[in-house]
Amino acid sequence: MELLVTYDVATTTPEGAQRLRQVAKLCEGYGMRVQKSVFEVVCSDADWVRLNNAFQRIIDDEDDSIRVYRMDRGSFKSVTILGRARRLPHDDALVL
Amino acid sequence: MTELLNTLYVQTPGASLHLDGDAVRIALPDGGGPRRTLPLLRLESIVLLGNISVSAPLLSRCADDGRAVVWMSRGGRFRCRLDGPTRGNVLLRHAQHLAHADPVVRLPIARACVAGKIQNCRQVVLKGARDAGDTKDALRGIAADLEDSLAAAGAAEDLDVLMGVEGAAARSYFEALAMMIRKDSGLSFPGRIKRPPTDGVNALLSFLYGLVRSSVHGACEQVGLDPYVGFLHGIRPGKPALALDLMEEFRPAIADRLALTLINRRQVSADDFEQLEGGAVQLTEDGRKTVLTAWQQHRQKERPHPVLGRRVAHGLVPFVQSRLMARTLREELPGYLPWTV
Repeated sequence: MELLVTYDVATTTPEGAQRLRQVAKLCEGYGMRVQKSVFEVVCSDADWVRLNNAFQRIIDDEDDSIRVYRMDRGSFKSVTILGRARRLPHDDALVL
Repeated sequence: MTELLNTLYVQTPGASLHLDGDAVRIALPDGGGPRRTLPLLRLESIVLLGNISVSAPLLSRCADDGRAVVWMSRGGRFRCRLDGPTRGNVLLRHAQHLAHADPVVRLPIARACVAGKIQNCRQVVLKGARDAGDTKDALRGIAADLEDSLAAAGAAEDLDVLMGVEGAAARSYFEALAMMIRKDSGLSFPGRIKRPPTDGVNALLSFLYGLVRSSVHGACEQVGLDPYVGFLHGIRPGKPALALDLMEEFRPAIADRLALTLINRRQVSADDFEQLEGGAVQLTEDGRKTVLTAWQQHRQKERPHPVLGRRVAHGLVPFVQSRLMARTLREELPGYLPWTV
C-alpha cells in the first residue's frame, strides 16, 4: 500500500525535540522523505500495523499530530511536482 | 509469491553505507548534499560495485534479515556475497548431492539446462531474423542449426558429448549475435571474449552475466539448494556450479536480449566504455548507470511462464526455476523444465 505520512511534533521542549527525532527516524525506516516532515511510504499491511503502533508509542497525544493518508496505487508515480521536488524511485532502480 | 523488492546498487567510488535505525544512510565522498536514507524494508539486496565501505552494524543487520550483500568488481565480475545462515531443508540438499552422484539422474537435468539455453538462443536469433534486413537468411540458417543442436542435446549420451553440443551451439549463436548488432550503433561483436573482455559488447555481456549470476545464486540459496553442486558444470572449490547451470537458460533470453536492445537503440554507445591498461574494456560510471537502470526496469517486466501458466516478472523467474529444480530433486516433478521464451 502507498501511504503519505505527515507529522507535526511540538519541539518547544527538549522532550519534544527528542520525539521529533524519533518520529523522523522511524519514518526513514519505512519510506522516503519528500519534504521536511512528509514521507512517502510503500509497505505491506503488516508493516503499516507496526508503523502505526510505533507512532502511538512515541508521540504525545496532547501536543503532536500525525496524519497518514492511504493513497491509490501509482499515486507516487503520477504526483505533480513543482520547484525543487523530484519523483522518488520507489520501485525503480536505486543506482548511486 | 514474494513481492519483487528493490535492489540498491552503489557504484560511486568512496561512498559508504551505514545503518541508521531501520534505514540505510548513504554517505557520498563529497560529504555535502542532503542526508540520504533508504528504508531497509524495501531492499531485497545490496549490490556494491567497486570499493564501497559498509559499516559493521549494517552488515550484521542484513545478515539477520537474510538480505544479501553482493560485492562485484567495477566491471561487473562477481566477487563475493554475504548471506545469512544456510536456510532450507537438509533433505533437499542431501537429495541434490545424491542426484549429482547418480549419472542416471544427473544427465537428464544437465540436458534440460542445455536444451533451455539452446531454445532461448534460437528464439533470440529468430526474433533477430524478423527484424533483420540482408542478414535474414543467414540468421534463419543459424536458427535451423540451433534446432539441430537442440535435438542433439536431447540425445547426448554423456556429459562430454553434451558439453560439445553446447559449445558448438554457442559458437554459431554468437555468430548470429554479431549479425544482430546494427552497423550504425558504432559497436561490433568479434565473438565472445572474456576474462577480460577486450571490446564494448563483450564488456556489456560480462557485466550483465554477472548480474544474472548473482540473482540466480541468491535464488538457489533462498530455495535451500546448494549453489555449489551442479549437474552440467562440474564441482570445483568456489565454483557455484548449480547457479551456472540454472543461469544458462537466462543468458540469451535475459542478458543478451537486453544487451542487444541497449546497443541497437543506442542507449549504450562506444562512449560508455573505457579501456584499461592491459587492454581490458569496462563500462564507464555513466554507462553502468544506464545499464543498471535498464536492468531494473527489465526485471519488472512480466512474461507468461510456460509451466506455471501465469505471468511472472523477469526478476522472479530465477526463484521459480530454482523451486522447480528443488521439486525435481525431491521427485515431485518427473524432470526439470527450463524456462523458455
